[in-house]
Amino acid sequence: MLSIFFKRIILAIPVLFAVATITFFLIKIAPGGPFDADKAVSPQVLKNLNEAYNLDASNWEQYLDYMSGLIRGDLGPSFRFPGRSVTEMISTGLPITFELAIYAILIALFMGVLSGVLAALKRNTALDFIPMAVAMIGICVPTFLMGPLLVLIFGINLELLPVSGWGQLPGDKILPSLTLGFAYAAYIARLSRGGMLEVLNQDFIRTARAKGLSERMVVIKHAMQGGLIPVVSFLGPAIAGLLAGSFVVETIFQIPGLGRFYVEAAFNRDYTMILGTTIFFSAMIVFFNLLSDLAALWLNPRSRDA
Amino acid sequence: MENSSLWSDAIYRLSRNKAAMFGGMVLIVLIILAIFAPFIAPYSYSFQDLNLGASPPSSDHLLGTDILGRDLLSRILYGARISLLVGFVATGVALIIGVSWGIVAGYIGGRVDTIMMRIVDVLYGLPFIIFIILLMVIFGRNLWLLFGAIGAVEWLTMARIVRGQVIGLKNQEFVLAAKAMGVSNFSMFRRHLLPNILGPIAVYATLTIPQVMLLEGFLSFLGLGIQPPMSSWGTLIKDGVESMEEYSWLLIYPGITFTITLFALNFFGDGLRDALDPKTSDN
Repeated sequence: MLSIFFKRIILAIPVLFAVATITFFLIKIAPGGPFDADKAVSPQVLKNLNEAYNLDASNWEQYLDYMSGLIRGDLGPSFRFPGRSVTEMISTGLPITFELAIYAILIALFMGVLSGVLAALKRNTALDFIPMAVAMIGICVPTFLMGPLLVLIFGINLELLPVSGWGQLPGDKILPSLTLGFAYAAYIARLSRGGMLEVLNQDFIRTARAKGLSERMVVIKHAMQGGLIPVVSFLGPAIAGLLAGSFVVETIFQIPGLGRFYVEAAFNRDYTMILGTTIFFSAMIVFFNLLSDLAALWLNPRSRDA
Repeated sequence: MENSSLWSDAIYRLSRNKAAMFGGMVLIVLIILAIFAPFIAPYSYSFQDLNLGASPPSSDHLLGTDILGRDLLSRILYGARISLLVGFVATGVALIIGVSWGIVAGYIGGRVDTIMMRIVDVLYGLPFIIFIILLMVIFGRNLWLLFGAIGAVEWLTMARIVRGQVIGLKNQEFVLAAKAMGVSNFSMFRRHLLPNILGPIAVYATLTIPQVMLLEGFLSFLGLGIQPPMSSWGTLIKDGVESMEEYSWLLIYPGITFTITLFALNFFGDGLRDALDPKTSDN
């Protein structure tokens, strides 16, 4: 268990290193410098700027410089927001995105596991068909459509909830979290239904029933542990999806989180910001994938000793 | 002979699956509408009726017009061309890369296989959506780049599926016989392995198309995908969101079209999977 953990971490380091390197040089070949936007700057100013940001050094020197900064956790200055560093911007945006993601995951787990397990237990009844049909809708209606529709219904027509912001008006966190969570609820419902169906037919469940355990104990203590392994393995990759979802949700609801910073950086060609966030996102995703793999391993008794 | 009976069995099972048949029907209609959009659409996608501005559905404009006075129905029909094109072409790119990668890794095996699949594992763990955005930012928002970038992301699962299938086939007698006769690697792939794994490939390809279309919609929604005056369903939804408070039909009709298409593709793909491999129909 522990050795798998270390093996995976050791493998992750060169991967992240490669990501940083590739992204760095991709951005170097991008057309246009960071300072030739809106209005032309005089050559002298440009020279000073380039000097200040170390842009007149050779690519190789800049790369070494950037990498040594990276190891110390310094992602360089933002080109668009003078005086602010990328690390600073990430640390302001991250808590908001993180909170949004946590709510979304909790909503998704609660709705998904509940309806998936129920559907599996009451197979081929209305309790199976209706949640699964809703789940199909959740999978087919993309986040960028679901969000605006929820805003249209609950925000504009019914005037029940605020349509944008984060933490400014009461209840303004509800719609973004629901929007982001719904698609995952749908996947989780399908996965937990499938996983539960597989487990419920196995001998150890029959044994548990035969020894007189209540149905509730059978489901909660025995079936769910195995039946939800697919859900746990899904959570790692889901983090990557949540990230993409946060781009959309934070744009729709005007939430000042990391996702919106990234999209804005992409529009403004704020290259250092793009570079820094890309590396940061990659590190996060690699880490969460690792975590969910380990959790799935740990839940599965057959692989626990390996 | 056995090959043809597998397919005719599958077609029979597929024809019994109402959801899948419905999905297939919707898709055929959509494809026809998209191909003949210039003849069917009542207006050109860029024709502006400046007197109208945004107008609700009427007999002249069945789905209304957008804020620039353009006929929404025509724009949805033309958008279908771009959205479906992205879906099919990017899936095609993913198929070519994934199938070749999987066949080579599975058939050659050994160290080559280990290295190739390790690469797939590593790529799986990376936030590709970000790399697509990165590519769009650096190289400009070009349609062909979009196809390539999306395709280059979606091939990973295909490579895994194909490799698994090839490993299963590798030690069967007909492959060994072909090898003994001195068949070259390339014709082994093409003549002996590929025809036997067409089923799973077809299923996965059908299920990849909606993924790809979602990805395109996502990028276009953020303004990083298809650029005006061209429009895909993603850009129509984006425009609809911007004016949904006053003109909700601009969001609702493109949204319905997009959702129905994704439904149809998913139903058809699921049906195809069940038809080709009845064992998995439970999941």
